[in-house]
Amino acid sequence: MLQSIAVTDADTHRAIDAVWRIESPRLIAGLTRIVRDVGLAEDLAQDALVAALEQWPESGVPENPGAWLMATAKHRAIDRLRRNERLDRKHEELGREALVQQEMAMTDPETFTKDDVGDDLLRLMFISCHPILAPEARVALTLRLISSLTTEEIARAFLVPAATIAQRIVRAKRTLTEARVPFEVPAGPELDVRLASVLQVIYLVFNEGYSATAGDDLLRTGLCEDALRLGRILAGLAPQEPEVHGLVALMEIQASRSRARVGPSGDIVLLLDQDRARWDALLIHRGLDALERAERLGGALGPYALQAAIGACHARARAAADTDWARIVALYDALAELTPSPVVELNRAVAVAMAFGPAAGLELIDGLAAEPSLKGYHLLPSARGDLLAKLGRAAEARPEFERAASLTQNARERELLLRRAAACAPGAPPSS
Amino acid sequence: MRFLLYTTADSTQPSAPPAPPSQLMMEELAKLTEDTRRSGVLLATGGLSPASTRVRNTAGKLTVTDGPFAETKELTGGFALIEAKSRDEAIEWARRFRKIVGDGDSLIQEVFGG
Repeated sequence: MLQSIAVTDADTHRAIDAVWRIESPRLIAGLTRIVRDVGLAEDLAQDALVAALEQWPESGVPENPGAWLMATAKHRAIDRLRRNERLDRKHEELGREALVQQEMAMTDPETFTKDDVGDDLLRLMFISCHPILAPEARVALTLRLISSLTTEEIARAFLVPAATIAQRIVRAKRTLTEARVPFEVPAGPELDVRLASVLQVIYLVFNEGYSATAGDDLLRTGLCEDALRLGRILAGLAPQEPEVHGLVALMEIQASRSRARVGPSGDIVLLLDQDRARWDALLIHRGLDALERAERLGGALGPYALQAAIGACHARARAAADTDWARIVALYDALAELTPSPVVELNRAVAVAMAFGPAAGLELIDGLAAEPSLKGYHLLPSARGDLLAKLGRAAEARPEFERAASLTQNARERELLLRRAAACAPGAPPSS
Repeated sequence: MRFLLYTTADSTQPSAPPAPPSQLMMEELAKLTEDTRRSGVLLATGGLSPASTRVRNTAGKLTVTDGPFAETKELTGGFALIEAKSRDEAIEWARRFRKIVGDGDSLIQEVFGG
């Protein structure tokens, strides 16, 4: 049944675009199950989109646009297979057509249940984040297939030419086809590895958006929302996985501070200096809920949930001075045990300084000074300078801030560090 | 982009009290809510009590009045706070909602800050 509404072509095109963004992940997922090839599935979905663009301006947007797109794409699938069959009568293709017919009967758009759709979408996520692909290819493919971003949008968000992204996506799809990656939710020990890859892709997208600054393209900062949406979708599809909720919690809590971390002139405001009234209470609430879900599932917290729990300590403190630093140190202890790294040790040292005094923290940081992987890492001299300044050793703090400023890639951060260095100069007014 | 979707009732237009929602409508609404949640769009949603209270400032004088108010369009029924890629996406979700609940208005406003 078609609904007739008086709208212009431009309105219809925008409506189709909106329907497409909502429906295409499920559409591509359902089609991949049938044709067992992500690239072909996406082509078929695009065919259906073209058909919608041709027909909907005349006919109006159908009552159930998702079902319309699916039915249209399936017909295209059969057309294509018949055409291939005429070109070369391969047994494989004949067998596949039988399979498609069977699937058509089984998956009538009106009768297939939500759970099937959800399972398909989860399988598609596992495919687009498959470790066989390079991380940047996983990111591009996931944003394209699950977030329904166009190649141009992905390119603008990641500040690379559109041709690069297009090539990345084409190659990724070819790699998946050639490797005959099965369309399934992995089981057993493989599940952990594959899930870790999905979570990593989502967090990569989030961090790319989080590192964007005020003047950047909105598409770039929009990556945070894209990542959150991916995380929330995944949490609905795999609710039994604590780390999924852990990642969602981490992203919600981090995102809750995004407005407070940029000052009026675009400068970076450090966590402890942020105006907590500007934190997004709704996202904090959602983050704490997600963390609770991760904790309720039992077992030791994973790396994402631990980081979320650290963020939650800040989120729960009404003022910076109320922060439960002893608990943060304990959480960093657990994180360091799970994912030992000099960066975690550095963060732990900073927490120790807050909990037990700058001298205790400085001792730990000095132990990291020789760490080769921290050699060019600006946060090491920056943290060391901070603790020295707190101990009243301004003359030693100043070169640390200057060194940190020379190492950071971020212009806003450099300004902040140089300001702190200047405050350590002899005769400068004492900083708070 | 964050949007507030809500239904309004025009209390300047006398109308019969709304019929209680049918079982089918409730099921379809539950399905749509689940759909928005699964799509990662829904941030918060809730129903609104028809009993409203107005706090008004008239030249510095504050008055508190209990509704209903004859002269205004009141926010009534329910609301959904969603995070969508665009206003068009928010419109599409509102369209799906309106199709289920039938006659009446749904309004969509972008939420800044928050």
